[in-house]
Order: sequence, then C-alpha cells, then structure tokens
Amino acid sequence: MGKSLRVAYGEALVKLGQKNKKVVALDADLAHATMSATFAENFPDRFFNMGIAEGNMMCVAAGFAHTGFIPFASTFALFGAGRAYEEIRNSIAYTNANVKFGLSHSGLSVGEDGGSHQSIEDIALMRVMPNMTVFVPCDPLEVEKAVFAAAEIEGPVYIRVARPVCDVITTSETPFIPGKANVLKDGSDVCIIAMGLMVPIALQASKMLEAEGISAAVVNMHTIKPIDTKTILEMNEKCKGIVTAEEHSVIGGLGSAVSEVLAGHKGAKFARVGIQDKFGKSGKPEELFKAYGLTAENIVASCKETLA
Amino acid sequence: MDYKEKERELRRKILKMLFASQSGHPGGSLSCVEILMSLYYDVMNIDPKNPEKEDRDRFVLSKGHACPTQYAILADLGYFPSEDLDGLRQIYSHLQGHPDCNKTPGIDVNTGSLGQGISQAIGLALAAKLKEADYNIYTVIGDGECQEGLVWEAAMAASHYKLDNLCVLLDYNGLQIDGSNDQVMGLGNIVEKFKAFGFECLEVDGHDIHKITEAVKAPISGKPKFICCHTIKGKGVSFMEDQAGWHGKAMNKEEFDIAMKELGA
Repeated sequence: MGKSLRVAYGEALVKLGQKNKKVVALDADLAHATMSATFAENFPDRFFNMGIAEGNMMCVAAGFAHTGFIPFASTFALFGAGRAYEEIRNSIAYTNANVKFGLSHSGLSVGEDGGSHQSIEDIALMRVMPNMTVFVPCDPLEVEKAVFAAAEIEGPVYIRVARPVCDVITTSETPFIPGKANVLKDGSDVCIIAMGLMVPIALQASKMLEAEGISAAVVNMHTIKPIDTKTILEMNEKCKGIVTAEEHSVIGGLGSAVSEVLAGHKGAKFARVGIQDKFGKSGKPEELFKAYGLTAENIVASCKETLA
Repeated sequence: MDYKEKERELRRKILKMLFASQSGHPGGSLSCVEILMSLYYDVMNIDPKNPEKEDRDRFVLSKGHACPTQYAILADLGYFPSEDLDGLRQIYSHLQGHPDCNKTPGIDVNTGSLGQGISQAIGLALAAKLKEADYNIYTVIGDGECQEGLVWEAAMAASHYKLDNLCVLLDYNGLQIDGSNDQVMGLGNIVEKFKAFGFECLEVDGHDIHKITEAVKAPISGKPKFICCHTIKGKGVSFMEDQAGWHGKAMNKEEFDIAMKELGA
C-alpha cells in the first residue's frame, strides 16, 4: 500500500498540529505540492503563505521560533536548501533557532520538471551547517516519525521529502531514533547503506546478491546528521565491502558522510552509488534512475567490485 | 534625561570600543545613535533586569554592523556591565562583531547579514499577532541594505499581513562601503517605494530624538510603519561626517584623540 511521501508529510503535520498548538506551518506558494496545504485546511490560523519568496520565509520562520513557536517551513528542496541557503545558515542554524524544514521534490524523482528543479545537493548544503539535524525518510511511515522526532529536537531539522508514491517498507513498530540507523537486513559479505528512495532498491539488490550466494546487509540511514558512526564501523569490521546508495550527488551526500567516518579505519572496500557529479534532466523518475545508475543492478555491480 | 550629554557619552563609548578593537564600523554606528536612543529611552517597553520578559517590545538591528551603538545603550541601561564594552570583537567577549542573541543579553535576534533582520522582524510581528500579544517590533535598516532583494520580500509580507505592530526605521545617511548610494546602486525615491509597498511613511531628522519619538508613537492601524530618518554618517566627529571611507575603518591614536576631544572628553 503506497503513499506519496509529501502526502504523508501533510498528514503528519496535521497530527502534530493537533497535539502541539505551538506548531505553525509556512510555505512559499507550493502548499499544494509540498502538501503543507493539508495543515492549512485544518489550521488556517496557523498557516502562513509567504509567497514566492523563500529567503523571507526562512527568516520569518526564525521570527516565529524566537517567539516560542515551532515553525515548519516547506517548499521544494532546491529553493529551500539552495536559494535560501544563507537565510537558513545565518538566521536559523547560526542562531540555533527551532525551525523545521519539510523540503519536498528532492532528487531526480521530481522527474519531468528537469534539472532546474532536481535538487542533487541539498544534503550537502544542510549537513555542513553546525546545529543542523538531517533526516531522509524512506517511506510514508518514516516521514511521520521524522516529523514528530523533529518537533522533539531543540534546533533546526531538515527533512528531505521525495515526491513519488512509495511502498511502506517499515512498520509502525520500527524505531526511528535520530542518529541511530536501522539495519533492515543483516549480512556478512557486503553492506549497502542507503537513504530515502534508494532503501527499497537496496533491499532488492540484496535479494539479487543472496541469489548469487553473497550475503548483503542493508542499512537504512534515515539520519544523515548526526550520522550513526557506530553502525558504520561495525559493518566495516564485519563486511568486506561497503556500498552507499543515494538519490543525491556522491559529492557531499550520504557517500561522503560515510567515507568521512571510514577515513582512517582499516576494513572494507568502499564504493558509492549516486549521482556522479552531474545535473539531472527531464524524464520519468524510473527512466532517470536507470540513466543515472540508481538501480539495483548497479548496486549489485558495485558490491561485487568491492569483493573483487 | 539630558539627551545632549547622553548622546555625547554614548558616542564616546562607541569610539572607545572601536578604537580598542581596531576594527568595526564607526560611520554607521554614529549615524544611528539618536534613532536607537529614541527607541530605548523613550519608546520601548523593556526591562533590563528581565531581558526575556515575554511582553517586551522587540528590537532588531537589521544593520547589524552598527551594534556598537546598541551595545553602548544596553550597557548604559544595565543589561551587562559597562566594562564589557572593552571586549568588543575580542575572543573572550560576549560582544560579537555582529549581534548575537545567544551571547549578549538584550539582543532579540542575530543579524549582520543584510536584509535578514527586517525579514526576521516580520516573523516576530506575525508571531505576536498570532499570540494576540500587544507588544511592538522595531527594526532599524540601512540604506545600502535596501539594495538587498530580501528587504522587499519582507516589505511585501509586512503589508500583506497588515503588520501594524511593526515599525521600520531607515538610517538614511546616503553612504555605503563603495561610495554614495547613488554611485553604487541608486535607491530612487525610497519613501515612495515603501509607500508603494503599503507602508504608512513618515520622514524625520534622524538626529532629533523628540521628532523620531513623535513619529514612532504616531498611531497607525492596519498597515506597517516606515520612518525615513535623515542622518549623517559619522555624525559627531568632524573628519568622519559624510565620509564613506569611515564605514569600516579603524582610527589611529591621533584620530581617536581628536574625535574624543570633539565629543567633550
């Protein structure tokens, strides 16, 4: 039973808003795309459309946070993390203002809108900021858990919300502890560390490897910052290969974050599946995933390379 | 209060801080002294003993580089000891090069990156409306700062949301780092621009505290207020007045002594 992550985001905001009156939502004329509109329908007094002015929206969110509210600011990942970078950096992260970002339409899975709208660098931009927590939920259930976890954290939290409809691959009982990765499947030869939409693809790759007699662990790295150093190093001890899989540039994203942990440690060979320093382009999401190598086949090939 | 003596005392403190740190921004600090004096001594409901008082008026120094003026006033009001002023921009001090609400008592939001102060002030004003609180938000912007697109995004939002709890004061000294506003990037008729963005607009002599206070207190309803305060960059020090070169320059000992003498030291 699939559901779009952005629909899950809108519903989660409403649930949170019912429990916590301090929650307010802001959008930059994309409320019906990010689905913060669901919150607006339920709490019209606590929703603020700031127009197509992302920088101002971020600073206004900081003003709400300074008054004791918990603002969730939403727009497309590129226009939030990218265009409004310095507003987030100075008015929110530098101040440690209690602002949450639900930024949708991340990565290639935006599809037809093309490279101008496909954010391949938002994780890099957000995780480099001190004080920032970075979540990348992999399914609708995790989106809700990420929204609730974000509200519990005092300080800025970035939640990357992809556009497509996703199957539910976790359960309501699956824990979501910030900074603690979930090992979805254990394995001893290779470990695939994936985030977001690449998690189900990693599970598929793991099955393909099992069929060839290769034992492949799959880790859902739902928190990119703070990254789960312990799980990464355990897998590094245990496995001969580690492969990261991300719908993001391999520069600055999950692959970089994991390599930063591995640097200086002996152990597994390491490879990164992701967008190889290229911009996106128009196409259907599944076509783009294939064109950019974000496939189970490519993960399998990378895993085998680490074992070679 | 003897405003004349107070403004000279504050200007001396500002220059003393800047001379000690051998960095910082004298010109724009000296031009906004009376604007901040009006707000802090005549207008705002604040309590130095309880800087976080919930129903206090909020102040945002959007032109954050003029923070020596704010620091001098906060110390004068007792937010922190006057001796702290000696530490401006020093590694051990809470007085940062630009205002930091996590380090300095009495600072409501971080500023320094131009445009972001007025924009955060919109958020403070919207949040106050949502809380149905009756305090006001005051923000001081610079003229060069108005070249930032963010200022106009903020201005549009202020009038869209009818923020009559917001008062924007422009320190209009006409100069910025690379020269005059007109040389660098002309602002056109700045008052008409804010009027066109839906503000109630007033113009005053930015060195006349009584006139500033009168304009700030003039009642408005249903729209934000903009006060164009005509000022002189470097006001009070003969060789700094109306000189773009003193935007961010450190004084040598001789210059410092002359300036202090002119200010009655």
